[in-house]
Amino acid sequence: MADLTTDFLGIKSPNPFWLASAPPTDKEYNVRRAFEAGWGGVVWKTLGSEGPPVVNVNGPRYGVIYGADRRVLGINNIELITDRDLYTNLEEIKRVKADYPDRAMIVSIMVPCEEQAWKDILPLVEDTGADGIELNFGCPHGMSERGMGAAVGQVPEYIEMVTRWCKQYYSKPVIVKLTPNITDIRKPAAAAMRGGADAVSLINTINSITSVNLDTMSPEPSIDGKGTHGGYCGPAVKPIAMSMVSEIARDPETAGLPISGIGGVTTWRDAAEFMSLGAGNVQVCTAAMTYGFKIVQEMISGLSQWMDEKGYTSTDQFVGRAIPNTTDWQYLNLNYVAKAKIDQDKCISCGRCYAACEDTSHQAIAMSEDRTFSVIDEECVACNLCVDVCPVEDCISMVAMEPGTVDPRTGKVVEKEYANWTTHPNNPAATAAE
Amino acid sequence: MNSPFTPGIAASRLSQDDLAENFTDLHAPLDAHEAAVAADRCYFCHDAPCITACPTDIDIPLFIRQIATGTPEAAAKTIFDQNILGGMCARVCPTEDLCEQACVREMAEGKPVEIGRLQRYATDTVMDKGVMPFNRAEPTGHKVAVVGAGPAGLSCAHRLAMLGHDVTIYDAKPKAGGLNEYGIAAYKSTDDFAAREVEWLTSIGGIEIKHGFTLGDNLSIDELTGCFPAVFLAVGLGGVNALSIDGNDRDGVEDAVDFIETLRQADDLSSLPVGRNVVVIGGGMTAVDAAVQSKLLGAETVTIAYRRGRDAMSASRYEQDLAASHGVKLMFNVQPVAVHGNGAAVALELEYTATTDGKLSGTGETIRLPADQVFRAIGQTLTTDAGLELDGRKIAVTDTGRTSRKGVWAGGDCAAGGDDLTVTAVAEGRDAAMDIHATLMEGA
Repeated sequence: MADLTTDFLGIKSPNPFWLASAPPTDKEYNVRRAFEAGWGGVVWKTLGSEGPPVVNVNGPRYGVIYGADRRVLGINNIELITDRDLYTNLEEIKRVKADYPDRAMIVSIMVPCEEQAWKDILPLVEDTGADGIELNFGCPHGMSERGMGAAVGQVPEYIEMVTRWCKQYYSKPVIVKLTPNITDIRKPAAAAMRGGADAVSLINTINSITSVNLDTMSPEPSIDGKGTHGGYCGPAVKPIAMSMVSEIARDPETAGLPISGIGGVTTWRDAAEFMSLGAGNVQVCTAAMTYGFKIVQEMISGLSQWMDEKGYTSTDQFVGRAIPNTTDWQYLNLNYVAKAKIDQDKCISCGRCYAACEDTSHQAIAMSEDRTFSVIDEECVACNLCVDVCPVEDCISMVAMEPGTVDPRTGKVVEKEYANWTTHPNNPAATAAE
Repeated sequence: MNSPFTPGIAASRLSQDDLAENFTDLHAPLDAHEAAVAADRCYFCHDAPCITACPTDIDIPLFIRQIATGTPEAAAKTIFDQNILGGMCARVCPTEDLCEQACVREMAEGKPVEIGRLQRYATDTVMDKGVMPFNRAEPTGHKVAVVGAGPAGLSCAHRLAMLGHDVTIYDAKPKAGGLNEYGIAAYKSTDDFAAREVEWLTSIGGIEIKHGFTLGDNLSIDELTGCFPAVFLAVGLGGVNALSIDGNDRDGVEDAVDFIETLRQADDLSSLPVGRNVVVIGGGMTAVDAAVQSKLLGAETVTIAYRRGRDAMSASRYEQDLAASHGVKLMFNVQPVAVHGNGAAVALELEYTATTDGKLSGTGETIRLPADQVFRAIGQTLTTDAGLELDGRKIAVTDTGRTSRKGVWAGGDCAAGGDDLTVTAVAEGRDAAMDIHATLMEGA
């Protein structure tokens, strides 16, 4: 069985699965249960400044998006940072870390954008013996209205400034958690790097309204008839998160900056995908909130099995392995030609491929009287929609055409050589071949 | 109290509680969550095979999607648009031979979408509220006679009423519903569903039902055509094929349809006598319904004796398995020879059969089964041809139900063509109504 021990910023944990800063990590009781269940690390729920803690709403904090059979696809929340006393949290962190020295313990912090506020809290956190801190620059609701959370994360200059204070007043690793509620994730990541951050973690939750109650005309979750936008997370946000992770991993300015991947990680496979795009480890929340802490057992066994099958003996061997294959559209090979192919033995004749192609794509699937569906190569642009909507796995596949053969759609010979848009004759900005 | 082992034909073989349990819904209704889960399995196929397989062409993927999105009322409307007896069809259709057999998930996994139960969920939602989702068109002033208040007659009447015509239904029985009320197994139409459905269906207005009128008896086709510009015959098959074997007249030898009718109309199931050893002769749905219900009433042994092989049996494989799972023994390739006994039946003698050169004949080998009660379920026949041209043993009709006589349409079991199924009768009644409407409105 592959060794899942992960070294992230010098912080060792028995596996790359950490619980994200969120409701599951708000108390000693929960965190102990998480460690007993096998989680490799925990980012303690965000601490605020000393003094009266924030208050939460006393009605619903979560909204949900369901798939079939009420399967949770996404949850949003309007919960704020910890609403418990700062010192209670600090004492608990210290106790738990002492009892679980082999697990990663990171403390999430969000205090006002003033140097003194950070100067005050950081020594207290340092004293807990925790392995590092994570700066919550991501919370999109409530705290952002008070100039914290996403309000900081949306201004690169603030990120850089606060990160610098943290590196100045705290000796251990500093992770900057990024909000996705911006246009270009590379800008805040670069700012964090300039400020001296040891790593970034992303994504925090996405601004969202999950649903509207059509009887009361109130967004959910509804508090006494009113709703507000909350932070969206869960499997539904994974594609957005992975794209952002890859952007940071690919950009020359931020390449090499350690990343803790967050956003809809639900299974070992999700974790492996995030890590292949450059995340050194992953953080999980919604899956644990949906199924409980036990899911980490499947993540551990699944990742180990896959690593064994692939011959990886440590997680760092596959971190970032998909990055060289992640590129810009303009560099995609326009000479690559594929055609859809339907495996008639697997086809159950539902006709979804036909409806999708006929109504919304290229009229490239033929339907016979006896409900046999076949691809019309003369029309097929290999868009993949038929594959996407087919309910049977591997029934429709995209088959690459051999170089030298003629594409019946264009009448052109499939070229062996790679050629992309930058040199394409239709591109008005095409540069001469280098 | 008696028991399954009480000799002869006796009532009260089981306790009231056991009887109540035995005659509950064959398929419990889906609750809202179960329906949502079941609905989600539908792939929303293009030009879906299930629609093609439905004799009434219900847009099944659409109604299932309407259930999935929380609008079972809209789903019910989709169903009723095509099949106003969608509630009963959801209960009695042999879906395993129709829509669910065609379901692509049957091919993919051997587990089709539960179309029948989903249809019931949708139709129950609307019918339980007493909502009739259709309004009548402006009155046309035309009056149409329908003979027979079974599925074909009711379907035709509702469609005609909806289109603005006034309909008078003549029926022989004291209650409307036809076979839905009198002829199908009790566990398929629980809580007086057949009667409730008639009440709901006629709530559209413009439909008057007159009871006690039998075509060829106190009602004639000439009278009807004299009073009505259009007549729809849906009289079903009121006669029973005769069984000519020795001892056919012994006590305990009965028609299965009579037994089922008595059972369906019984207020107290424990008052119904049933044999200790029952044999049902036949291979159709009526045979299965009679056999299973005999067992549920507490008969010790029940056997279905069918003269051909399993594949030729008109009861579906699903129905055969249903019978077997209730402890009914299925015997194939046996034909009745004689009912033995001294006054009352005590045994049925059967002869084994074989098919040679496509012809069925006895092999000479016989077997005797103990039998206090023998049910004949060997098919039903027309009681009158009403002077109309026949096609085989049924009234000859065109695609839209026109008979050989102008102004007279026919549909349901009495008309040739199509399977003798509730859903087929509904389709024929509906289509005849559309043709009657078009004919009446010509030149209007």
